[in-house]
Amino acid sequence: MKYLDEFRDPVVAKKILAEIHAVTTQPWVIMEICGGQTHSIIRNGIDQVLPKEIELVHGPGCPVCVTPLEIIDQALEIAGRPDVIFTSFGDMLRVPGSHKDLFMVRSEGGDVRTVFSPLESLKIARENPDKEVVFFAVGFETTAPGNAMAIAQAAKEGLSNFSELVSHALVPPAMETLLSSPSNRVQGYLAAGHVCTVMGWDEYDPIAKKYEVPIVITGFEPLDVLDGILHTVKQLEAGTHHVENRYTRIVEQGGNKAAQNIIRDIFEITDRKWRGIGEIPVSGFKITQKYAAYDAELKFEVTDIHTEEPEICISGVILQGLKKPHDCPAFGKECTPQTPLGATMVSSEGACAAYFKYQRILDN
Amino acid sequence: MDIPEALACPVPILTHDTVQLAHGAGGKLSSEMIDKIFLPRFTNTTLEKMEDQAILENPGGRIAFSTDTFVVDPIFFPGGDIGDLAINGTVNDVAMSGAQPKFMSVGFILEEGLPFEILHRIVLSMEKAAKLAGVQIVAGDTKVVNRGSCDKLFINTTGFGFVPDDVHISAANLKPGDKILLSGTVADHGMAVMTSREGLSFQSKVTSDTAGLNHLVADMLQVSKDIHAMRDPTRGGLATSLNEFAHSSQVGIQLFTDTIPVKENVRGACEILGIDPLYVANEGKLLAIVPTEIAAEMLVAMQANPLGQAAVIIGEVTDKHPGIVALRTGLGANRIVDMPVGEQLPRIC
Repeated sequence: MKYLDEFRDPVVAKKILAEIHAVTTQPWVIMEICGGQTHSIIRNGIDQVLPKEIELVHGPGCPVCVTPLEIIDQALEIAGRPDVIFTSFGDMLRVPGSHKDLFMVRSEGGDVRTVFSPLESLKIARENPDKEVVFFAVGFETTAPGNAMAIAQAAKEGLSNFSELVSHALVPPAMETLLSSPSNRVQGYLAAGHVCTVMGWDEYDPIAKKYEVPIVITGFEPLDVLDGILHTVKQLEAGTHHVENRYTRIVEQGGNKAAQNIIRDIFEITDRKWRGIGEIPVSGFKITQKYAAYDAELKFEVTDIHTEEPEICISGVILQGLKKPHDCPAFGKECTPQTPLGATMVSSEGACAAYFKYQRILDN
Repeated sequence: MDIPEALACPVPILTHDTVQLAHGAGGKLSSEMIDKIFLPRFTNTTLEKMEDQAILENPGGRIAFSTDTFVVDPIFFPGGDIGDLAINGTVNDVAMSGAQPKFMSVGFILEEGLPFEILHRIVLSMEKAAKLAGVQIVAGDTKVVNRGSCDKLFINTTGFGFVPDDVHISAANLKPGDKILLSGTVADHGMAVMTSREGLSFQSKVTSDTAGLNHLVADMLQVSKDIHAMRDPTRGGLATSLNEFAHSSQVGIQLFTDTIPVKENVRGACEILGIDPLYVANEGKLLAIVPTEIAAEMLVAMQANPLGQAAVIIGEVTDKHPGIVALRTGLGANRIVDMPVGEQLPRIC
């Protein structure tokens, strides 16, 4: 398949791998930000074939994982109402709230539907004028333009039965929070290629400079990931720390201006809670006052729902790269994809789920 | 010249255009539906007797017996419909024992208001699939439920056939060293249904692979009766069937790198939706585990059948990591191919 097979070629992969082995002289800790990268690393066994000096830690870039419990509880509350059609991307449906998940709401009679785009929710809203249609707008900068677009379109059409429950998180503030933690171990970042596709990389220069870490913008196919690692290690070995774009087939320095404009129109930056990490200042989007009529949190008055995270789960420490999934005593025992204790086990992008699915053997 | 099916078999003229509750009440309307819709298509000497039961000759030996219920939504999808799926599904479950399916029963649950035009189309497609498989429908039942109590129609099929004396196929029979043969591409059916399901406005020409595999099995048994295990990887896909084998036989399964065939358009749909083709349903594919000595010859026989043209050897049974299926990646790493938890969910990004 064009644009995929070229970036999965095992011969080229082994060449890059050999180069990584050749340039590595000492231990390095590198964090891949995005859950899609974690998935690719574990699925292709990249972590198994890297030099033993290189430790990959899995970052907080899984939207399902970092969505705070209280927003899930808000979603469950809204989705259970008889006048509501609740629409969501597929993988949010299995994320447990305090007592149940969206699948259970559906089995209890709630109208919960999977969509592939918020624009599909708009279509449902047009077709069901007597129902309130809510879209669960979860994700990072990557999904923000589409979610903003749906609100802009609803406003243009005067579609008053459409709203979004927004839990948008921003990557650079989280990267900074991790680096400024006294227990930080991360020495270099593979930045999330698709976030940079939208936002560009100007935000990363000050972070690279201030914390003296190389930041390499990296894609998602095995060759992309290996190439990102190679260039991070090269910088680490050379003692340099600048932003380097290795996802050049998609990412431009300024990002996608049209996407940024629509985001700025609809959303404003706000403080946001991250599941497992806690509140991070200026790390999320919320709907602006002008479009408050499309904010499901206000429309359904669920702002009072507050939920504390369960204490047993160490997903927060895992999201910060301080521990590996199999360091958790509950991993693969009380906590499995069937009975997840925390969100990193729920999403297939979550570090715990990826480890559970692909990496319990272990003899090669 | 091919005559379009709808012209060759127009919808029979009935008192009503749609199914009424009375069609399930056992009176005149029930008889009319049976006489005009079902009997002409499923006809055979046993069924025509219209007894409360079918009385069948028993040649002796072991019987392979299987039942399955079909509730697929949408009922028509690219490459098939709930009708041929219901026949092929049970044909295949029986055939995976090495038996040739001989007889079937068919039970319909119809939703009040279902147009006869739709029921007729589905019955025609069942007739065609049953003829292709060489299986007789010898017993049947219909029930009509209130509108909203079922979604258009549900079909149950039960079938059986006779297992040849010297054939002993079982998921518990895998032996280290055995080779794993797959009859063709994976994920066609599941992606065809997913991409055509209402609400997913996704353009695609992905078509289901629904097909009866009993003739392919007969060809394989010509090569050797010593097939250790066989299964058609339906719900849960290839990964689930392989895990069941590994678990039942307490052996490990090692898959080779890049040998599992996936059609380009199916792969594209999977990539876009973030779904792993190894976990997606198939309805016209089989997995066979055979001793390594006969693997090459078995593969040739499979490839000679139209339903096995793309057959490949995808891996082997090992005494390492019992109960676990592992896949060698292009980088030379070895990763687990686990059982899926629930239905696969398209990912956010």
